[in-house]
Amino acid sequence: MIRLFFAGLAVLLSCLTASAEERDIQPILQEHQAAIAKSSRKTIGPAIDAIATSGSPKAQTVLETWAAKAMWMRKSDGAFLVGKKTENKTYQLTDFDSGEVVGTYPSKELKHLKPNSGVRAMIATALVMFQLSDPDKAKRQSALTSIQRDPSAVQLAPLRASIENEADAMLKARKQRLERLLTIGYDVDIKARVEAIEEMSTDLSVDVRATLNPLVATTRSVAPGNVPEGLNIARVLVPGAEGFSKDEAYDLLVDKGLARAQVSSDGMRNALVANIDGGRVGGVPVAQLDKDDARSRAYAALAETGRVPSLVTQTDIDATLAKHVFFESYAEPSVEVTTAANHALDSIGLKVGFNQTLDLTLDALSLASIYFLAAIGLAITFGVMGVINMAHGEFIMMGAYTGYVVQQIIPDHTVSIIVAIPLAFAVTFAAGVAMERLVIRWLYARPLETLLATFGISIALQQLAKNIFGTQARPLTAPGWLDGALVMNDVVSISYIRIAIFILALTFLGIFLFIMKRTRLGLETRAVTQNPSMAASMGINPGKVNMLTFGLGSGIAGIAGVAIGLFAKVTSELGSDYIVQSFMTVVVGGVGNIWGTLAGAVMIGFFQKGIEWLNPSNTLAAQTYMIVFIIIFIQFRPRGIIALKGRAAGD
Amino acid sequence: MNFLKSTLAGSLVFATLAGAAMSAEDTIKVGVLHSLSGTMAISETTLKDTMLMLIDQQNANGGLLGKQLEAVVVDPASDWPLFAEKARELLTVHEVDVIFGNWTSVSRKSVLPVIEELNGLLFYPVQYEGEESSKNVFYTGASPNQQAIPATDYFLEELGVEKFALLGTDYVYPRTTNNILESYLKGKGIADDDIFVNYTPFGHSDWSKIVADVVALGADGKKVGVISTINGDANIGFYKELAAAGVSADDIPVVAFSVGEEELAGLDTSNLVGHLAAWNYFQSADTDVNAEFVKTWKATMGEERVTNDPMEAHFIGFNMWVNAATAAGSTEVDSVRASMYGQEYPNLTGGMAVMLPNHHLAKPVLIGEIQDDGQFDIISQTSEVAGDAWTDFLPESAVLMSDWKDLGCGMYNTETKTCVQTLSNY
Amino acid sequence: MQRSFIAKNPSVLIFLTCLALFTLLVTVLSEGFGIGTISTSFIKTLGKTLCLCLIAVAMDLIWGFAGILSLGHFAFFGLGGYMIGMWLMYERTRLIVVESLSQADIPPTSSEVVDAIGNQIFGVVGSNEFPLIWAFSDSLFLQLVLVVLVPGLLALVFGWLAFRSRVTGVYLSILTQAMTLALALYLFQNDSGLRGNNGLSGLQNLPAVTASQDAVSLWFFWASALALGLGYLLAAWIVSGKFGSVIRGVRDNEARVRFLGYSVETYKLVIFTLTACIAAIAGALYYPQAGIINPAEVAPIASIYLAVWVAIGGRGRLYGAVIGAAFVSLLSTWFTGGQAPDISLGFYTVKWVDWWLVLLGLSFVAVTLFAPKGMGGLVDLWSQHKNPNRHGADLGPDDGALREQEASQ
Repeated sequence: MIRLFFAGLAVLLSCLTASAEERDIQPILQEHQAAIAKSSRKTIGPAIDAIATSGSPKAQTVLETWAAKAMWMRKSDGAFLVGKKTENKTYQLTDFDSGEVVGTYPSKELKHLKPNSGVRAMIATALVMFQLSDPDKAKRQSALTSIQRDPSAVQLAPLRASIENEADAMLKARKQRLERLLTIGYDVDIKARVEAIEEMSTDLSVDVRATLNPLVATTRSVAPGNVPEGLNIARVLVPGAEGFSKDEAYDLLVDKGLARAQVSSDGMRNALVANIDGGRVGGVPVAQLDKDDARSRAYAALAETGRVPSLVTQTDIDATLAKHVFFESYAEPSVEVTTAANHALDSIGLKVGFNQTLDLTLDALSLASIYFLAAIGLAITFGVMGVINMAHGEFIMMGAYTGYVVQQIIPDHTVSIIVAIPLAFAVTFAAGVAMERLVIRWLYARPLETLLATFGISIALQQLAKNIFGTQARPLTAPGWLDGALVMNDVVSISYIRIAIFILALTFLGIFLFIMKRTRLGLETRAVTQNPSMAASMGINPGKVNMLTFGLGSGIAGIAGVAIGLFAKVTSELGSDYIVQSFMTVVVGGVGNIWGTLAGAVMIGFFQKGIEWLNPSNTLAAQTYMIVFIIIFIQFRPRGIIALKGRAAGD
Repeated sequence: MNFLKSTLAGSLVFATLAGAAMSAEDTIKVGVLHSLSGTMAISETTLKDTMLMLIDQQNANGGLLGKQLEAVVVDPASDWPLFAEKARELLTVHEVDVIFGNWTSVSRKSVLPVIEELNGLLFYPVQYEGEESSKNVFYTGASPNQQAIPATDYFLEELGVEKFALLGTDYVYPRTTNNILESYLKGKGIADDDIFVNYTPFGHSDWSKIVADVVALGADGKKVGVISTINGDANIGFYKELAAAGVSADDIPVVAFSVGEEELAGLDTSNLVGHLAAWNYFQSADTDVNAEFVKTWKATMGEERVTNDPMEAHFIGFNMWVNAATAAGSTEVDSVRASMYGQEYPNLTGGMAVMLPNHHLAKPVLIGEIQDDGQFDIISQTSEVAGDAWTDFLPESAVLMSDWKDLGCGMYNTETKTCVQTLSNY
Repeated sequence: MQRSFIAKNPSVLIFLTCLALFTLLVTVLSEGFGIGTISTSFIKTLGKTLCLCLIAVAMDLIWGFAGILSLGHFAFFGLGGYMIGMWLMYERTRLIVVESLSQADIPPTSSEVVDAIGNQIFGVVGSNEFPLIWAFSDSLFLQLVLVVLVPGLLALVFGWLAFRSRVTGVYLSILTQAMTLALALYLFQNDSGLRGNNGLSGLQNLPAVTASQDAVSLWFFWASALALGLGYLLAAWIVSGKFGSVIRGVRDNEARVRFLGYSVETYKLVIFTLTACIAAIAGALYYPQAGIINPAEVAPIASIYLAVWVAIGGRGRLYGAVIGAAFVSLLSTWFTGGQAPDISLGFYTVKWVDWWLVLLGLSFVAVTLFAPKGMGGLVDLWSQHKNPNRHGADLGPDDGALREQEASQ
């Protein structure tokens, strides 16, 4: 329908200047009142058509107003007017033609026209003609977007015409690109199309592929005897060969009405039921029909008497198949075009494959950095100190909620994040120190009980968070400059927020290494870890060192919480989502070594993405197999990827 | 230990007995079986509050059959076996006349055997996957043909979508709904290759690859649309990733069946404007009854609270039950059920909801576009659609029908003209 | 032998007597066969609690006596439930299907019956074919064998792998937790063939049994009590013998036991597998009372709660585990059921539905810190048990063992 309307429009456009009398638009709108008021994509075509081709200078305004949901209908007379909200539930209406205010009405007397996005897309397509050379750059842009979304043959000529006078370099490039795409799809000159195809064959954008793929779309068909002439045949199929079974071939024949359908077991059953005759079917008593062979016998007997069609045997099928030829043909008639398109798609496909791998790698890296960030605090408390802290996840949650609370107080997202990060550290540091002093230090000699006690704290904290913040997920909104994604091309892209998390993870790796290797606290921590009594006799206060180290680990968990909250959600269960994974990361990597944790996170991230790639329709399976893999992995390397050696490895 | 246990048991029994004795004869008990703790508390607590509000209103208007209504609230704590236990407790210990409750399908399946054994009455207010009909349950939420099918039609006809991504959380509602939709789409001539299905776990947060997969679907030049049955919190990460990838609703529209006003409250919706949701009710519905309902709700619960579809379902269900009991002159389950059929009550969105003999409602279907204030702009509203217990789009179910009024059977095979079973399938 | 065993362990006799009396009392007060003071729903709760006590006994064996903190025993419990659930669902559906198909004009073939059953069971979750794992579901005997066999084999394989590579302590705990998480995630998938998140439901309706739930609940209550009694007896017998001494030795110092020439791995494997089987039997009795089993039941949190019960009850003594499981799970039911009265503090009303978990969590910390013996320690107070006086030395030889001062707190 749109194509048709554009054909008319193209003709009309040429003589537009001549016929552009000052026609009013309202009568045209009234002509299509019912369709406009209903505003369904199925029926709206003629109305948009009429407005766009009306030649009225107001046509563009009407379409734009309508698409922006600012057009209202006065219920009393059905007039369409521009509405502007004035006060509580009243609207000031302006006439399209005269541009004069006609009065203010309460919303009860009006009907708001809300075109759905399908109708809006049609309006936008109609507007293309007006907007391609519009002085307003934004409108030209939206015209191009609209062509991109819904390309058609009639757009080609006006688009070409508008390229020359395009002042903006960016838009000009875009127009030229779109022109190439439209040429591929709709130019009448086959040479020009092949040329355009070859030109675009290095481009892996979705829209190029979207232009090329329909050209090489094939339909499966069948003909008696030989392959029919005049078709652009893609390939001839042999029934029984790979990818095309005999059953499929026969079904195709049945579909086309070239063969008799096979009798299904259901069909057989129904036929038997229909032919029960005095407790017997085809001579077989009904009571015996609970076996398949009895049913076949009865059916065969019925078939002999001609009351039901006989069964289609394998010989019948083979004979019928031999009489027909099966093939796939292109809808596109030109062989040159399809060959060029296939060639182009092959070379694009290779590139796309390469880029998809790259994208998957980025995703895996991003997941790895999230796991690493969640686990790094644990790498300190569990890895270095050997304390099992099941409440680690809840520290992450506390960090995230701190971010949320800060955002409630400081509305500016950038500032609030800058405030939230140190504050989250402070809050969880304090919580960690308190927990260490009150609970954990009494249990250093009993690791299993630490596990249970911290688990108790974990459920208490989780429930506490529910009581304070409710079970509803809370928003933690990233600052505007973290919105969007770094787009390298249509295949490879990664959101800024993930990049930020990646950088944050690297930063923490650096901080961790610095503290452990270069500061006094790090030295003392390592000393206390290796031999508390010896460390104590050298003048180190093990209690204080343990307290600070534990606080540090908890504080980092808090910051991780802010980051995780930014990219996902803030709920009281946030922590428990990450706790098992975090432990896995640390254990797989090797306890007591930050590089091990890093290696563990990378391995888990890549492995999970790898399984997701193999089985894209079931993400849950990826998580299951990942855990099974970890269990098996630990059997073979019980001390993790990077195992500590020597005395430090002692339990 | 033994002493301890029996003391405990004794005290519990005593408490329940005392409770039973204290509640005087002249109240009618209404059971409220919604999780107040655990993962589902987020959604179900609202429904408990709705029920309490409705019961208070009814009592203020003179109660029912000359008696006051008394709400008996129990907490099944999002623990599915506990739903069965609590339902039994409501029916045998508290002896309630009707139960309003449940959210998830699995909790309903857990309760079904108990309700049927003890001949209770349950009003279930949430959109669900259908393929069930119990004599003792009235389904006031949408069945697939009242939500999923019209939304898919909208995609096909109004938005011209040619390729579908069915994304869902891995549990029964998305699985069955997507099954029905796949079969429906194939019937509409959509090829197998043009339907992409993905299931994610509850609370999934790592959406980048799935969003990339969906964008890549557009590579063959067909318009792509997403039908989302993603549940709860997972939506937040999904929409955030969608916004980050710069996917606008004009390029790839998303219609969600589990995202309502409550869920959007946890989100900054400015990047989601234009994406869709299909329900039988939106808070933004422009009618007088709805304005009144929203006002009462906000007055009871606070200005920032929103109303949503399952609340309307309880609103209709409760009022229908009141009217049916009044008509029957008793709250006895069988007589109430008999007078439920054909009960009419005005929808909050306009028009009349009718209770059908298959225990489902006839209700209008609405499609709304997300706005930046977290509300929905209603862009499509159908006339009343009759709820269908057994879908017409799966071969095994197409031959089944439910008619409790005349046939007295919820699973009637129209081909063999026999009743498959009178208890429901759980 | 038996007599001397009882004589050596009077607590077993006391326990069994108490259990018998309790069962009798409940029966007399029940709705099904007694005066009806206790409602059927509470009978079910009590029956389920007995099953939980049984798995707590298993947990005590593995943790309290062998020192292996398994955070995955609910996986075996759940698997047991699934195995019995498969038969219950299959048989119940088969009866319905046969009944319905017998009204048809011609008798159904056996494959039609199976198809119809598959359609009924899996239609709910959008499928209609029987997965391979349902191969034996038509036979009660085979499924009963599987109740023990499947969890037992899983435990055997998992334990063999883990113990062989000397995974111990917290690593083993985390590994068992990973195992139960993997199982839960696997079962969550619809493709796993066990109806995904919906699980198996309607299990309280026994096929071909017309008795009311009032009676059925009591049958299961008796069965649970019997299982608990036998399980307790078995556990007490194991720990009182030579085997028990060895596993206690493993707990206190694994290396030393190994150097003495015992095959530590075999001992651990036997006790791990045995407790898994006990857990599975408890599960097979539990879920027909609960009515539904689904993957959430085997989530890691359940197994952690199990450890909590045993710790609160007092590990290292069997009756402690039973007390802990019964006390905490019943208390939990009471608090979350909304029956506990709210406490008004004037400015804030403490609703127990909201605060119970906080209380549980904190009391758990308190027990670990201040009363490592749990509630079982109260028995010592009463019976004037004195701790051995070691003059300040550790009670056990390794770092993890209690110090005397802690033990006597």
